[in-house]
Amino acid sequence: MDVVTLSRLQFGLTTAFHILFPTLTIGLAIYLMVVEYLWLKTGDEMYYRMYRFWVRIFAINFAVGVVSGITLEFEFGTNFARFSQSVANVFAPLMAYEGMTAFFLEAGFLGIMLFGWNRVSRGVHFLSTCLVAIGASMSAFWIMAANAWMQTPAGYELVDGRFMVVSFWDAIFNPAFPTHLAHMLVASYETSAFAVAGISAWFLLKKQNAPFFRRSMAVALIMAAACAPLQVLVGDLRGKNVAEYQPAKLAAIEAHWETNTAGGADFVAFAIPDMKNERNLMAVTVPNMLSYLITHTKDGQIQGLKEFPKDERPNSLVIFWTFRIMAGIGFLFVGIMLWALVLWRQGRLYDTPLFLKALIAIQPLGFIATIMGWITSEMGRQPWTVYGLLRTADSASPIAAGNVVWSLFFFILFFGIVGYSFFYYIFKTLRRGPDLESPMPRVQRLSGMEPEQNDTESMEVK
Amino acid sequence: MELVHIWIGLVGLVIILYVVLDGFTLGIGMLFPIAADERERDVMMNAIAPVWDANQTWIVFGGGALFATFPLIYTVLFSALYVPLLTFIFGLIFRGVAFEFRATSGRKTQWNSSFFWGSMVATFAQGVTLGAYIGGIEVKDGLFAGGAFDWFTPFSITVGFALISGYILLGATYLIIKTEGAVQARAYAQARWAAWVVAGFMAIVSLWTPDVDPAIPARWFSEPRIYFIWIFPLMGLTAFIALHVAISRKREVWPFVFTLLLFLSAYVGLQAALYPYAVLPDITIYEAAAQPKTMIFTLWGVGLILPFVLGYTIYSYSVFRGKVDAGEGYH
Ligand code: HDD
Ligand code: HEM
Ligand code: HEM
Repeated sequence: MDVVTLSRLQFGLTTAFHILFPTLTIGLAIYLMVVEYLWLKTGDEMYYRMYRFWVRIFAINFAVGVVSGITLEFEFGTNFARFSQSVANVFAPLMAYEGMTAFFLEAGFLGIMLFGWNRVSRGVHFLSTCLVAIGASMSAFWIMAANAWMQTPAGYELVDGRFMVVSFWDAIFNPAFPTHLAHMLVASYETSAFAVAGISAWFLLKKQNAPFFRRSMAVALIMAAACAPLQVLVGDLRGKNVAEYQPAKLAAIEAHWETNTAGGADFVAFAIPDMKNERNLMAVTVPNMLSYLITHTKDGQIQGLKEFPKDERPNSLVIFWTFRIMAGIGFLFVGIMLWALVLWRQGRLYDTPLFLKALIAIQPLGFIATIMGWITSEMGRQPWTVYGLLRTADSASPIAAGNVVWSLFFFILFFGIVGYSFFYYIFKTLRRGPDLESPMPRVQRLSGMEPEQNDTESMEVK
Repeated sequence: MELVHIWIGLVGLVIILYVVLDGFTLGIGMLFPIAADERERDVMMNAIAPVWDANQTWIVFGGGALFATFPLIYTVLFSALYVPLLTFIFGLIFRGVAFEFRATSGRKTQWNSSFFWGSMVATFAQGVTLGAYIGGIEVKDGLFAGGAFDWFTPFSITVGFALISGYILLGATYLIIKTEGAVQARAYAQARWAAWVVAGFMAIVSLWTPDVDPAIPARWFSEPRIYFIWIFPLMGLTAFIALHVAISRKREVWPFVFTLLLFLSAYVGLQAALYPYAVLPDITIYEAAAQPKTMIFTLWGVGLILPFVLGYTIYSYSVFRGKVDAGEGYH
């Protein structure tokens, strides 16, 4: 294999590994923020216990997110030097801003969030949680702006093969950006909500600490109920944006070969797209449905994949399916929430074993949908790194392929070890269950005051 | 041209901030196996647990800022130094996850060694990177044009070992501030021998550098540098002596401060040797710089946001000031 293929493989694997962790970080941070707010507002100790339990999961997850993320920032230079040199003027400042506005915020207040209980007041602690949550979502803002710019470049002019900035505003708020960001954020919130709900369901099924996990699940389900329908709506908008700005990608996602001239375009529900012979095998179609979905008319015209030169077509076989898995999960989530609504009306939300089992079973699906969505988005952009302007083949570093073979081997090995250990310690932490006994943190008047020794019990506050 | 100077200064500042902040964190990692027992290791870990991530973030921002303002340095350096840089990342991975995994784990030994080896490998690879950078890089048409192992030279390997001793010194002097009792007593001893090793390496590397790149002494001894270049070795020597005095008198904060000075003297001395070159032997910072509009846009961020970052970083250190103990509840 050549440097380009190897580097793509490596970049895809490392980002796919990385994104699993930010997804949970972004969502769980919001969850923790809500829980701590409820604690401060109601004074109910249960919320405090919930925070302490879920923050342990958060901390382990955060660490893996950080170490895998650093990798990516380096890979732009190590593996995609030509790309980086060409786009640096427009693209790189977004990374610099991500560092300044997001990573520092997260890292700076994470310490207080995890270790600051006896050193700062409750208000300052809550503020730290909020800032970490804001930092996590800010990080998504910048990185999604960067990625969206690669999908629908704007605000630049090309001079000698280099992208020069004309307007940063246009570059950041490029056409794909609003829906790209919204879809990713909702994906994170939704995935995290179902993760918390699933874990809680497991404990409820085992009848351990039922009141604690009932409350945990309630907050999570409210979050999930808000996100599930919203995500289908945002996904729909995302699709329309792709149709408008990346028609080849849309055609490949929908395995739509011929531009419809008379009548509407059919929606392909099931097929095995055959790239070589430009057709679908075993296709099951719904007449006129694709026109209806994209243009809201019965016979709107949708460009077919055949209109694009063969070497400018993304791989339909892959992204047809990754898209359907993602969207399928999206509808499944909505269905589960409708079920939850019915059970809630009947007052049986927490003790219907089948429902609890379902929550446990679907728990990983949010992560799977996220990866599938990213593969759709990134492979759908091929063969370009900057859509329509810079080919992936011209993006890699001028290095020997052996370099990348070496690093790819170690990434797989090391991420394997880290991923395995991650699950091991997450399960270990979960099995230990919540801590309902240890004393509450003391109330402090001045932030940053030295904690006094051994007065923990005496100042315990209920 | 003004912009280019502001930015090369800022990038230099961010890099030295990373070096000293993550330097003491990595240094403590390398001293980890010498601790007497698990309780002492808990103390050492707690001394850095609340701040390590923020410290490490400086390299993330440094990378981003370099990419944005001197894309040529970023792309050429990163492809040329592929192996040492990714080795550095591999080290950081095992160092970073050790904090949380060790805290959760029952059997701590494997994460102790992950923490130690991660720190060691990251530091060594960083030093090799620096050494290879000083050694110069083959560039054609703005792209790296050398071989996969150009970075592998006796000089770069030596700088790798030198940095290990340097970070150990930073780590030991930071431990003196944060700990007491047996751990602190050991840190004093470690700081003392580390200081000698560092001084030895500084002498070797300084004498060797002109041999690696003859243009460096030529720049040192040209006007106007000739008038102030001698300040840096003098500053280094003073810091070294003061460091020993501070250690002998069992001062707590001063050893760390003098170590910082020692680092600063070497760093600024090196910068003075490089300027105005971005990639040795012949690419200048003016050729490497990004479009002015990009530099200005990013400078706004630095002007408006970085003061806050520095503010809450200091705040966070003040929240966690004072001595740590083993029991100070891991969350
Ligand atoms: C800011 C930019 C950016 C962002 C946010 C992402 N990617 Fe990406 N991705 C790239 C920038 C990029 C790239 C550097 O431009 C690559 C390398 C070659 C290419 O075409 O795009 C790429 C390739 C690439 C590939 C290989 C595609 C192919 O070669 O066919 C996969 C599977 C992913 N990415 C997956 C992801 C995932 C799971 C992400 C979630 C975090 C992600 N990407 C975010
Ligand atoms: C391919 C592009 C990406 C790059 C270059 C990248 C880079 C990084 C880096 C360097 C870090 C470590 C920061 C630190 O040390 O604190 C990090 C962590 C993080 N990244 Fe990414 N990232 C990418 C994709 C994404 C995406 C798409 C998202 C969100 C939608 C995201 C969200 C986060 C978050 C929230 C963190 C904080 C740590 C954590 O979540 O565990 N990243 N990323
Ligand atoms: C019926 C529901 C859904 C629809 C119609 C939909 C639509 C889309 C479309 C068209 C894309 C491609 C965007 C591109 O190429 O850039 C996409 C990407 C993506 N999807 Fe979905 N989606 C749905 C559900 C979900 C769910 C449930 C999740 C995760 C929980 C999810 C996560 C993602 C992610 C992470 C991406 C890549 C980033 C992005 O493009 O924003 N999607 N989605």
